[in-house]
Amino acid sequence: MTDLEQRARDIRAGAVKAVHAARSGHPGGSLSIADMLAVLYFDEMNVDPAKPDAPGRDRFVLSKGHACPALYIALAMKGFFPMEEALKLRKLEGFMEGHPDVRIPGVDAPSGSLGMGLSQGLGMAIGAKLQGLDFRTYVIVGDGDMQEGNSWEAIMSAGFKKMDNLVAIYDANKLQGDAPVETQLDLGDVAAKVAPFGWHVIELDGHDIGALKAALAEARATKGKPTFIVADTVKGKGVSFMENVLYWHGSVTMSDEELANALSELEDA
Amino acid sequence: MTDLEFWPMGAEVSVRDAFGRVLVHMADERKDWVLLDADVAGGTGAKPLVAAHPDRVVQFGIAEQNMMAAAGGMADTGLIPVVSTFAAFGTMRAHEQFRTAIAYPNRNVKLCCSHIGLDVGPDGATAQMLEDLATMRAVPGVTVISPADANEFMQAFEAILDHDGPVYMRIGRSPTPVVTDSAAPFRIGKAKRLREGSDVTVVATGVMVARALKAAEALAAENISVRVVNMASIKPIDTDELVAAARETKGIVTAEDHNVIGGLGGAVAECLAAHHPARVRFVGVQDRFGKSGEHTNLPAALGIAADDVAAACRALLKD
Repeated sequence: MTDLEQRARDIRAGAVKAVHAARSGHPGGSLSIADMLAVLYFDEMNVDPAKPDAPGRDRFVLSKGHACPALYIALAMKGFFPMEEALKLRKLEGFMEGHPDVRIPGVDAPSGSLGMGLSQGLGMAIGAKLQGLDFRTYVIVGDGDMQEGNSWEAIMSAGFKKMDNLVAIYDANKLQGDAPVETQLDLGDVAAKVAPFGWHVIELDGHDIGALKAALAEARATKGKPTFIVADTVKGKGVSFMENVLYWHGSVTMSDEELANALSELEDA
Repeated sequence: MTDLEFWPMGAEVSVRDAFGRVLVHMADERKDWVLLDADVAGGTGAKPLVAAHPDRVVQFGIAEQNMMAAAGGMADTGLIPVVSTFAAFGTMRAHEQFRTAIAYPNRNVKLCCSHIGLDVGPDGATAQMLEDLATMRAVPGVTVISPADANEFMQAFEAILDHDGPVYMRIGRSPTPVVTDSAAPFRIGKAKRLREGSDVTVVATGVMVARALKAAEALAAENISVRVVNMASIKPIDTDELVAAARETKGIVTAEDHNVIGGLGGAVAECLAAHHPARVRFVGVQDRFGKSGEHTNLPAALGIAADDVAAACRALLKD
């Protein structure tokens, strides 16, 4: 197991523990983005937990904010706050909001209302260019996000503005809140729809860490276009009884036995 | 660097002309802000900035939800986004983006919207935003400003750039009498008493301030002494000035080019109920949508003319 694979596994285990402790939350979509977060926070992005507000830091926006258990664990692993805080998810006595809040060290944007993350990332990317700052902005969007009109306004604008300092990673896990995407609003070939708006599009397996690293490098080398990575993923990835099972989208209460089984699978992986 | 040129008292000036003038002035004064536009700079009054400083304008096309959320992200990079569009789009269509991506993280964004109230005139009900003061002041941490005239708008614009946090400010459209003296400073949270009076106080905002002064003049001929308070700062509201009015006069008439629900009248009533209960009458649009017409004949047709303010004062004194 490589270092990044180990990181992804730790993010998964932490997210499952946090949702169990909270007795609510969204494990399925947290597990599907764990590999992306591992690559972003432990390979790609320039962030310093000692300076969470540094003007030149790379920015990250989790537009599918309900997957924040994974983000909070990644931030704790990176050193932004103690792991015990990350495990106080959704608690009055903690500060780990049920959806991302900028008062949490390392969180760059609020989300939880779908469709606003890519626009916030676009604003950060524009702010960088206007001020001659060379940081990059990364946004993870989900299936539900892509159904919001606001996301497509951002796609139009970022392509038109040639924002090559902006990267969107689309966690295409194919299950949304109430039902499979295919019964709610299936967008079909998203890659073929985004590209004509002026984006460089890459399709990959969202759990292939090598492919994710290569795609982010390709994005950095791409000039004059933002990059849209369509990541084919499995909702609940890494915990067999959660994989592709709608129930685990959330918000769910996880039993002690379910937690033990999930952790056992992740540790054996 | 040139001084900001104010208009003489009594001149009839569209507040959006003041928006263009103060934008160009402040572009020279400060480099820390940019204007965000959604293809309506000609309508909001921002066009002079587009002509003089195109590098200070970020164009979003007709996609206000994206513009608003992007403003939130941009503020995170240290720039101050001045977002400008028509109020229907800025305060309603993109309201949730303002709430979640700007107000909740307390980002330093200034939303300045034209096309407010019956002041819009012929464009009619869809463009006449009569609910913005109510919706915007309900969002935690947001400062809400409704200047009385062109001079006060320019003063207020400088003040909101100095204020750290989200702000919503109205931009009027029709020619409106200049009633504020540029020598009197504008301060967020502070009202300006424009006329002393002992019988009744009219607390007015926006275009209604000039109408309140006109009503006070007419009532003076009937030996009714009317105090006129310009409440440009809707939130935070000037509690001291309202309590003084409640103590020193027999009651308060609020006057706004806005629905009578939730705007200035609501804010005044909330404040007085908590601090010094008093009789209050509300002049505003009576919970209905607007209508096409002219800024000259619409106010009387929908009950927000100077005569309606005077009638409310007389009625309050008879209560």
